[in-house]
Amino acid sequence: MTTSYYKTDMEFFVDMQRCIGCKACEAACAECETNGQQSMIHVNYVERAVTIQTTVQVCMHCEDPVCANVCPADAISKDEFGVVHTANTARCIGCSNCVMACPFGVPIKEEKYDMMMKCNMCYDRTSAGKKPMCATVCPSQALYYGTREEMRRMRPNSVPVNTFQFGKLEVKTKVNIMMPAGSTMLKID
Amino acid sequence: MVFYGSRKLQNFDAALIAYLFGTVFALFGIIYRYCVWLQRPPTWMYFKRGWQLLFSKSFLEYAGLSVQKLVRNIAFQRFIYPRGKTRWWGHFLLATGCLMAFSVTIPLTLGWIHFTMNPATSINPADTNYYEAHLFGFKVMEFKLGSWIAFFIFHILNWCSWLVIIGCLLFMRRRLTHAGQIATQTFEGDWLPLILLIGISVTGLGLTYDYEFLKGMTYEFMAVTHAVTVILFLIWIPFGKFFHIIQRPAQIGAHLYKKEGEKRGMAICPHTHKPFTTQMHVDDLKTVTKELGFDFTLEDGSSHLDLSPEGKRSALAKAHLKAREASGKFFG
Repeated sequence: MTTSYYKTDMEFFVDMQRCIGCKACEAACAECETNGQQSMIHVNYVERAVTIQTTVQVCMHCEDPVCANVCPADAISKDEFGVVHTANTARCIGCSNCVMACPFGVPIKEEKYDMMMKCNMCYDRTSAGKKPMCATVCPSQALYYGTREEMRRMRPNSVPVNTFQFGKLEVKTKVNIMMPAGSTMLKID
Repeated sequence: MVFYGSRKLQNFDAALIAYLFGTVFALFGIIYRYCVWLQRPPTWMYFKRGWQLLFSKSFLEYAGLSVQKLVRNIAFQRFIYPRGKTRWWGHFLLATGCLMAFSVTIPLTLGWIHFTMNPATSINPADTNYYEAHLFGFKVMEFKLGSWIAFFIFHILNWCSWLVIIGCLLFMRRRLTHAGQIATQTFEGDWLPLILLIGISVTGLGLTYDYEFLKGMTYEFMAVTHAVTVILFLIWIPFGKFFHIIQRPAQIGAHLYKKEGEKRGMAICPHTHKPFTTQMHVDDLKTVTKELGFDFTLEDGSSHLDLSPEGKRSALAKAHLKAREASGKFFG
């Protein structure tokens, strides 16, 4: 019944080396209506004792989402645009399987709700043709939402990569990470 | 169960035969869907662990915890309250109305409950007449006709209908005004269940309205539309949103699982050096993910699942930094 104006030529690009840890995205994320106005984005120091490096993490919207596969209640679904939606509130039993199985550490278990919640790419906005909140406020463009062409012009020495290797497992995602030119994947070990 | 519960059909109300077919179909559908659901590796893992833990040496503790969670989470749905007060009221009224109605209509349809006039008081018209309620053919209570209790019992489904209607209207208001709901809702998944419940409740109230105020003139229409909406509801339980009524008790199993896991020991994240979940949970997830075709085993033999969510995010950031460093440029 909802008419969608989701723009399929727009993509999400993340470059966590550009993250300055300002947490503007966290504040903006809390404006998202589909989150119940709770921030779902993660900004954290990587190793606080030895480096000032921070990292930012949105849901990567995997092609074959592990979170949805390990959900015992069939509460997580992926739509025709490839957006992996947060838990269906009627079904989620709060087991935290998705929280612990997501290779990117994205879902959050809200203990007071006994329910999992996660970023769904500001579906209230993206389904209306707008940009996600976090990407509109990021001052360093660590988070960017736009076309591939725009990104190519802005970052000529980088390429968007959406393949990740976690040990033996290869994961493909809808969201891209910006890597040095020539890269085809990011290996995490 | 119908045959013996109704004392060889002598207490079975043949007028409810259509509802009986709907109930039987719903039962088969629910069992079928439940069996299919249980075949999924994560569901089976929780189902198996839930029963194993309940009937373990900690039976008394876990039975007590189950009853506590049953009252809190199933009867009162208290986990919804922090999500929104109006939301909880809406769901509580709707669920209470439905559960009360189920507890009355299903035994009536199966012939397990029936009512009779007390013969000793019905001979003399001048006497106060008493009505008797029977469960499986055994008398369980008696009440005066025309009393408050009689009024309450005879109209119990009307009270249920009002609860359901108020609950549905609260949800409809939310679905019309909440931007997040508007963006993600679907007609068949979110609106149709509410419309159907209101349809059942309004036509049910219509039956009483008809015989109280319209001299039964629209009774057939009301009876047929009510039967159609109820039967649609029944046969849709296994396949649509209402299946969550059957799924919800699994939440109790998840609580037992967490409690037992905490007793056995927590998993410590190698990155944050803090406990983040139970070790049993991590071990079971490794098994379940492998069964599903996701193997997180790393080159050193450890697993990516040994990391906490924060540890996983940091591992990704470190791998990204390493790749950028190797290229000689941090940005580009």
